[in-house]
Amino acid sequence: MSKKFTLNIDGKSQVIEADPDMPLLYALMNDLGKKGPKFGCGLAQCGACTVIQDGVAIRSCVTPVSAVTGKIRTLDSIGTKENPHPVQKAFIEEEAGQCEYCINGWLMTAVAFLEENPKRTDQEIRDHLAGLQCRCGTHMAILRAVRKAADEMAG
Amino acid sequence: MLEELTQLKIARRDLLVNSLKGGGALVLGASLPIDALMAAAHDFPPARDLDPTKLSTWIAVHNDGSVTAYWGKMDMGQGVDTAIAQLVAEELDVDIDRVNTFFGDSFVAADQGGASGSTGCSNSGVALRQAAAEARMVLVDKAAVRLGVSADQLTVNNGIVSAKNDSSKRVSYGDLIGDEFSTVKLEWNGRYGNSLSLNGKAKLKDFSEYKVVGTSVGRKDIAGKMIPEIEFASHVRVEGMLHGRMIRPPSAGAKLASVDEGSIHHIRGAKVVHEKDFIGVVAENEWDAIKASRELKVNWDESDSGFPTTSEELHDYIRQAEVEKSENDTDIGDVDAAISGSSHVVQAEYEWPFQTHARMGPALGVADIQGGEGTVWTDSQKFYDGAILASKFMGVYEKDKPVPVRAIWAPGPGSYGRSDSGDGVADAIVLSIKTAAPVRVQWMRDEGHAWDPKGPASVITTRGAIDNNGNVTAYDYQLKGFTRQDVSSRENGPGETLAGHLLGHNRPKRYTMQQPANSYGFANKRHGWSTVKPLREMASPLRTSHFRDPYGPEVHFASESFIDELAYAAGVDPVAFRIKYVTDPRDSAVLKAAAELANWQPRTAPRKLKGADGTLIGTGVSYAQRNNATNAVIAEIEINPRTGKLWVRRFFVGSDYGLIINPFTLDRTIEGNLIQSLSRTLYEEVRFDRKTVLSRDWVSYPILSSLDAPEEVKITKINRPELGPKGAGEPVMRVVPAAIANAVFDATGVRIRKIPLTPERIKAALDMA
Repeated sequence: MSKKFTLNIDGKSQVIEADPDMPLLYALMNDLGKKGPKFGCGLAQCGACTVIQDGVAIRSCVTPVSAVTGKIRTLDSIGTKENPHPVQKAFIEEEAGQCEYCINGWLMTAVAFLEENPKRTDQEIRDHLAGLQCRCGTHMAILRAVRKAADEMAG
Repeated sequence: MLEELTQLKIARRDLLVNSLKGGGALVLGASLPIDALMAAAHDFPPARDLDPTKLSTWIAVHNDGSVTAYWGKMDMGQGVDTAIAQLVAEELDVDIDRVNTFFGDSFVAADQGGASGSTGCSNSGVALRQAAAEARMVLVDKAAVRLGVSADQLTVNNGIVSAKNDSSKRVSYGDLIGDEFSTVKLEWNGRYGNSLSLNGKAKLKDFSEYKVVGTSVGRKDIAGKMIPEIEFASHVRVEGMLHGRMIRPPSAGAKLASVDEGSIHHIRGAKVVHEKDFIGVVAENEWDAIKASRELKVNWDESDSGFPTTSEELHDYIRQAEVEKSENDTDIGDVDAAISGSSHVVQAEYEWPFQTHARMGPALGVADIQGGEGTVWTDSQKFYDGAILASKFMGVYEKDKPVPVRAIWAPGPGSYGRSDSGDGVADAIVLSIKTAAPVRVQWMRDEGHAWDPKGPASVITTRGAIDNNGNVTAYDYQLKGFTRQDVSSRENGPGETLAGHLLGHNRPKRYTMQQPANSYGFANKRHGWSTVKPLREMASPLRTSHFRDPYGPEVHFASESFIDELAYAAGVDPVAFRIKYVTDPRDSAVLKAAAELANWQPRTAPRKLKGADGTLIGTGVSYAQRNNATNAVIAEIEINPRTGKLWVRRFFVGSDYGLIINPFTLDRTIEGNLIQSLSRTLYEEVRFDRKTVLSRDWVSYPILSSLDAPEEVKITKINRPELGPKGAGEPVMRVVPAAIANAVFDATGVRIRKIPLTPERIKAALDMA
């Protein structure tokens, strides 16, 4: 049943041995030790597992490893403490989120959205983030942070 | 004994946990591949003497002048560990960046109750503040001897003690601290948990001299979570660990009849673990465990399962249900006589549904119980209980004796009370005992919603009498509903857990309710409650538990909606009415602050304002106390009359939490509560039929999304340093629902007395009006 898959994750080629139907999330958490993506629902309803495939935010909890075709970026690779991604920087400054279990989804969705085009209205930001969940109710700070990151990235 | 056990435990050196050096959060320096992490055996820090009467239990000053505060709670994302560091830094006169708050290890920090009750600052912070003051006194006394200067002629600046009139006479804390504070005694009130308090000889610093407290120090954990270096509990991996998944019955309380273990033989290493009605699967690979849990064939006996009612019929069921226990918590004057003698009686009835914690990640627990000892890893806010719970499942628990189990907390999804986290760790403990291996259990999403303990449903009946001069002569408030603690907030016994119920451990009965918290000075005033039996006694997916501000939103939705009804009935503006009757000046101050922020327009009838596009516009006010904090909230809302959809455009908050430790973090804590409570007011209701719970994910149990977040939140914070910190973790939760419902009345002239305020419900009410 299990097969070998060669995945491009965070700029590295990784060989994973898994059932073809195993969601990518389990490879990231268990085989590769990534700390960004989290298990939230396994149903693509909350976004805690979000990664970016070839520039597009996808839900790794419902993406079988056999269906991964492109280059995957995870939160673990988008910035460092010394050189954070503008989205990370804004979230840190705003202290967006509380428990931060969901924050991976908001960060990665915003990164893909703003890297595609940072010139976004407040309403476009709200619309684009509507498929994400935050139970601590920190939407106000998250929206402020994404606005701030968008402005910085737009220059 | 404790030391010996710990040495044994450390000797195993086989555990994948983080270095706990230097910080409260579990920080790992670099992100390494998982097998590299497995190879690097991490040590636990040595167990410490946790005698609460010893200063060394609470504070350590190190040779380099840095300070560790040992804290017996944890931070669930509201920045409380940072606030603790601020309190300690302030009393010790050291810079904030030299203070670390250590927490999350039951062998290293004494039990101050874990996170609960919004007591992080108000109780545990005050205790640590006293310990820090004591440490400063001891060090200054030592410096006095060393420098030959009397203690009252010494000053401290960032850990350097110097003579006030001769700064060349100086010595650092680091040079003074020959040994730790183990011989310095504190007065301890003899209690562990939230109510643990400490006293000493040192006088606290006068708040007029505060430099660190009251400033917006950044949350210490934030960068390590955005740049994902901090390990969450879900990252814990232990050598030889199995992954577990639980199997839940198709109807509540169904009995396990038979299991076809052969149905998962084709899955690598998958095994069934079951006893009585407890059933799970384990496998070395997580995906294999998930597949096994889905493919395992189980027969259930459903002859005595399910519920006697449904979510649709629930409130009529409560009205008719037999009362188990009832009490009046407040009974002033003669309410019945005042009401029967009045010609103007107002009455109303309010309904609140079951709601669920619905953490972002469902329950998670890791347990390694072998050879009569063990370790549990959990993200539960009551992590100390995990060790006691494990020792009870193991059968080795002895009252007042140290338990041979270490509990480690690591960050997880916010928990907002007694959530499923306590059940996850229980499942892990039972599976580890039965397999004699370390086991990690993660619930799936449907369990996180359907099997999470619930906030209780209720029907609240209110009556009031008004005299000819428009004065309230009587106020009667009666809640009938489920106790808020079918399972205790202290998850320290098998009977408090789902796993325990499935294994036949009885649930202790308790009747814990809540009455309105306000200072209305009505001459005749009564607050009463009646509990009804749970819909299932044991192993119920509708078992109740504490859910952020336990019973607060439910109770105050009714009480503050009804105060509004009384105000209009008396012909008095709702803000003026509240200010007229509150007897605590802090309450009138927050009401005035919110009204000023909102530019409140007095009214004695609903204004029914309309926006340019036909939207119905209104504002509503509400206020409540909670454990010596007080908040007033004004909600500004818009309703689409065609759809009934309600949007809160702005919240205005007047708040008083006593001493403000960190204004920036306090704002965020208030915002989080406002939004979570808004979500519960507009969207949240646990649905169930006669078989089981139907709210099983984010589609069947929607919460607020970014689309419906307000445009603006404005907050006035009244600082009262002389009162000390009063706890901000949840008090404003309870104020929000009535503020919104009262705004609906102002916008439409219609009272909606049932939560959630869904578009369908609002549209139906508008159509009826």
